[in-house]
Amino acid sequence: MKALYLIVPFAPLVGALISGLFGRSVGRAGAHWVTILGVAISFIASCMVMSDVLEGNVFNGTLYTWLISGEARFEVGFLIDRLSALMMIVVTFVSLMVHIYTIGYMAEDPGYQRFFAYISLFTFSMLMLVMSNNFLQLFFGWEAVGLVSYLLIGFWYKRPTAIYANLKAFLVNRVGDFGFVLGIALVLSYFGTLDYAEVFKRAPELATQTMELFPGTPYLVITVICIGLFVGAMGKSAQFPLHVWLPDSMEGPTPISALIHAATMVTAGIFMVSRMSPLFEMSESALSFILVIGGITAFFMGLVAVVQYDIKRVVAYSTLSQLGYMTMALGASAYSAAMFHLMTHAFFKAALFLGAGSVIIAMHHEQDMRKMGGLRKYMPVTYLVMLIGAFANAGFPPFAGFFSKDTIIEALQASQTPGAGFAYWASLLGVFVGALYSFRLVFFAFHGEERFAKIDAHAHETHDKENTHGHDEHGHGGSPHESPTVVTLPLILLAIPSICAGWLIGTVVYGNYFGDAIFVSSGHEWIAEMGQEFHGVMGMMLHGLTSLPFWFAMLGLATAFYLYILQPDVPGVLRQKLAFFVRILDNKYGFDDFNQWFFASGAVKVGTGLWRYGDAMLIDGVMVNGTARIVGWIAGVVRWLQSGFIYQYAFAMIIGISVLLFIWVFDVTALLANWTR
Amino acid sequence: MNFPMPNLLPAYAEIFLLTMTCIVLVVDLFLDDQRRYVTYVLSLLTLAGCAFFTIGIGSIPGPTYTFNNMFVSDLMANVLKLASYIAVAVNMVYSRSYMADRGMLRGEYFSLSLFAMLGMMVMISSNHFLTLYMGLELMSLCLYAMVALNRDSATSTEAAMKYFVLGALASGLLLYGMSMIYGATGSLEMRNIAKILEVGSTNRVVLVFGLVFVVAGVAFKLGVVPFHMWIPDVYQGAPSAVTLFIASAPKLAAFAMAMRLLVNGLIPLAIDWQQMLTLLAVLSMALGNLAAIAQSNIKRMLAYSTISHMGFLLLGMATGVVDGNWLSAAEAYSASMFYAIVYTLTTLAAFGSVLLLSRAGFEAENIEDYKGLNRRSPWFAFIVLVTMFSLAGIPPTVGFYAKLSVLQSAVSAGQVWLAVVAVLFSLIGAFYYLRIVKLMYFDDPVDTAPLAVRLDMSVLLSANGVAILLLGIMPQQLMELCFVAIKSL
Repeated sequence: MKALYLIVPFAPLVGALISGLFGRSVGRAGAHWVTILGVAISFIASCMVMSDVLEGNVFNGTLYTWLISGEARFEVGFLIDRLSALMMIVVTFVSLMVHIYTIGYMAEDPGYQRFFAYISLFTFSMLMLVMSNNFLQLFFGWEAVGLVSYLLIGFWYKRPTAIYANLKAFLVNRVGDFGFVLGIALVLSYFGTLDYAEVFKRAPELATQTMELFPGTPYLVITVICIGLFVGAMGKSAQFPLHVWLPDSMEGPTPISALIHAATMVTAGIFMVSRMSPLFEMSESALSFILVIGGITAFFMGLVAVVQYDIKRVVAYSTLSQLGYMTMALGASAYSAAMFHLMTHAFFKAALFLGAGSVIIAMHHEQDMRKMGGLRKYMPVTYLVMLIGAFANAGFPPFAGFFSKDTIIEALQASQTPGAGFAYWASLLGVFVGALYSFRLVFFAFHGEERFAKIDAHAHETHDKENTHGHDEHGHGGSPHESPTVVTLPLILLAIPSICAGWLIGTVVYGNYFGDAIFVSSGHEWIAEMGQEFHGVMGMMLHGLTSLPFWFAMLGLATAFYLYILQPDVPGVLRQKLAFFVRILDNKYGFDDFNQWFFASGAVKVGTGLWRYGDAMLIDGVMVNGTARIVGWIAGVVRWLQSGFIYQYAFAMIIGISVLLFIWVFDVTALLANWTR
Repeated sequence: MNFPMPNLLPAYAEIFLLTMTCIVLVVDLFLDDQRRYVTYVLSLLTLAGCAFFTIGIGSIPGPTYTFNNMFVSDLMANVLKLASYIAVAVNMVYSRSYMADRGMLRGEYFSLSLFAMLGMMVMISSNHFLTLYMGLELMSLCLYAMVALNRDSATSTEAAMKYFVLGALASGLLLYGMSMIYGATGSLEMRNIAKILEVGSTNRVVLVFGLVFVVAGVAFKLGVVPFHMWIPDVYQGAPSAVTLFIASAPKLAAFAMAMRLLVNGLIPLAIDWQQMLTLLAVLSMALGNLAAIAQSNIKRMLAYSTISHMGFLLLGMATGVVDGNWLSAAEAYSASMFYAIVYTLTTLAAFGSVLLLSRAGFEAENIEDYKGLNRRSPWFAFIVLVTMFSLAGIPPTVGFYAKLSVLQSAVSAGQVWLAVVAVLFSLIGAFYYLRIVKLMYFDDPVDTAPLAVRLDMSVLLSANGVAILLLGIMPQQLMELCFVAIKSL
């Protein structure tokens, strides 16, 4: 089995190395074949691992010891249980779909091989992250996926916006990583080991131990550790207020938006917290913190999606909102529900992103929904997939999103953790908003008036923006048409689980699928309580039709239908009437402006200040030049003393003698010592 | 009156040198300028003979006293004498063409050098205030005369005059100090003085008076602040070959003088004189290094560099006895001795390079003259580079170990602040040494005339540079030799 575990991450790595280092010699086709083969092998191996794990096998072992420093061992090892197996399936499956889709999407891009190398490298890094059995390797994977994300957001490195976006993603993630590293460092200092199993086993020892972050205010060590780790998750999973990088990351090519910024990397934080459930369960404060952060993200970020016109940004904000749901589930100790939503979300959000990508191809890389409309009849497959995605995202039964999201909302209702009440209402309102923006997208882009015809001439200009998009053979001025099979096939393959994946809820959430991989402390077992009322998929759906979330979703759908199908003029009027709120939402609550003003220009000011007063004045002026001046001055004095007159020389000697005599005959040192005493 | 024949064996080298010097003096009278090389070869042979005797005497274990305990032959004396022979011999080789070009290669130069050598040997081997003073005066008088060797040069005569007057003053101070100590202890013999002092019951004020004056005398010979004023003027004014002489072997003798007076004679007063030497050392390192930066004359720059090096040398002397505890004294003093030998070796190469650049009608006196030396002669530029690195104390040259060992003795004596100060000043000092390296390698030559070097000088200067490098790689033997020599005291 060990060999099989190794194949899972290393097959994509080999693919990445071949297409990255020898891209020129293997050619475009060679690059995509070798990487797709690598990921496909990885996917098949993951399925085999899954079937093995389902038999109840768990592997936890070290493969390689990197270094030993005192008591602490730094190792590379795998922990293969049901949690990691699930993630491996999700990661390799979505990655495989995205690899295939990329053939179509990036067909005309000169950086074709480079792109395949990056996404395969990403797959490797993500797998190392999820398969890790210790914090060090987790951190390695964490940073590696961050690196590839950075590289891919800035894939079109000639675009200033892309460079801005990848720098932003990089910097914001550093803020999160700061907390993450502190958390890991605390784990190492209090437990002396980075091994998961060891740490979890000894976690109860820390139950009541406190530390003083500020003098006089003791905090539970475990709370500090958990919040540190969660700050890392906030960065990676784009939770408020570290969410600002995710919408901008849409500057990258659409396939990676689907793979990295929707399905897998951004869920690393959710996975990590689930993995650390034995730690988080010990800290009520950390769970409350998580609930509140998740609630804010789920509702307020969903709201921003309603006013966006860029088709990818709508999906991006919806991702933020859905990540908020997962985070809330973590806060309510519903780890299995969070993981389940992570899985279903991976499928339907990838479908939505890739569908949006398909639209973007058809529109010659135009992303503004105001220039679309009525695409339904030109792109039936894409339309259908997007519709399924929208239903799943909005949480309508029997689509996948319904099961996972409904479970989360119910868990929030049941949860007694402080903050759960707020989170519950945020999640309910979030359902309304979710349905609204999902169907707004569908209706705006695929129904109604065909607005692309009149702006087609304009579309040519936008080509320049995407200078990688050469002359396409679709022909200009023609009406948009359905994307090629390499694009639609992954869409269909993702649409299927978007519908059916939810039906696994009986096994994954209520069936004790995760077993020992997830720990829920007694008193937090709301999922288990809910499980007793679970009577199969059909029963849940029927129950769902009468529950509050469903009606909120229906309300959202109806509003979208009214605004964008029945009365398409109303949104414009509403925008004017509610100009104030719209402006707030358009400015995304002003976070970007604030960051720009406070952190970016603040840092520049601090830097300028440090340079001017610290470097130029203190170091250069006083220390470097000052020293030189003093030395020069002393040298000048000595030259002046060295007058050449012999009597002065003799005088110097006599003075020297006199001083020595004075000091020693009168024993001045002893006198001074007496004085100071 | 019964006059027993003293044991002459320990002084064979001195006796041989005196005899040979007289022979050289007479032989030279019968030579014309074309056959001056006879004097040259004869002088070198004399030094070789002295080395032969010294090595022979050195094989006798333990210190041997003779002439009524006025004269001592121990391992330290023999090692320092050998080093001095080498220094004087190297000096003669380096100076030959320089002196010849300026019409100074006459018998006086050789006989004065040899007499000065004799003075140094007597100083090194003295166990009595009078022998020490006699050796000192013999050496000093020779040096005064050598500085004025070019008697038509105004600067040379001025330098000689200053040196003479200030030297006489310093000798007076030293004598006065000795008389005070004699007054307090009733003895002139150093071992005896130490024994009397250990018993105690001497007048402290008189003793301290004497001590201050003795230290001043030693400080003058070493050239440490504030008794350093003569050094820059004399170094600059004297002919470069004589500067080389003054800067090299006499420093070994001055070190020996300090050892004999302070360690052999006045060790019970170590607490007092260690503090004095610390003060002088810090002042010297500070003033020497800071003033050297401002110099544009290479000889003056090396003069100030000498002042700072003597400050460094004193670090070891000043940290031998810790709280009346002797245990680490041998290490500290041997560090100083190692420093003195290394300093002499490096200084020979440094002034050797000045002589190398000079030729008939041209004095290489300014730092600018080193410009573009790499273009003119890469090998000698490399030798100068090694020399400057050694002076600055940069590994792998021997200067690094010299500095390291005295710093170690300061640290192990608990005087960390002293070590820090020393390092800071040597850091400042690195500037002016490296400036020469920069001039040699990165600037265009002003003077493009090819170097005219005699073969003997060329070989010896190369060997000198290589020795600096080799000793830097393998300093262990010399360090151990110094340690054993100090142990034998």
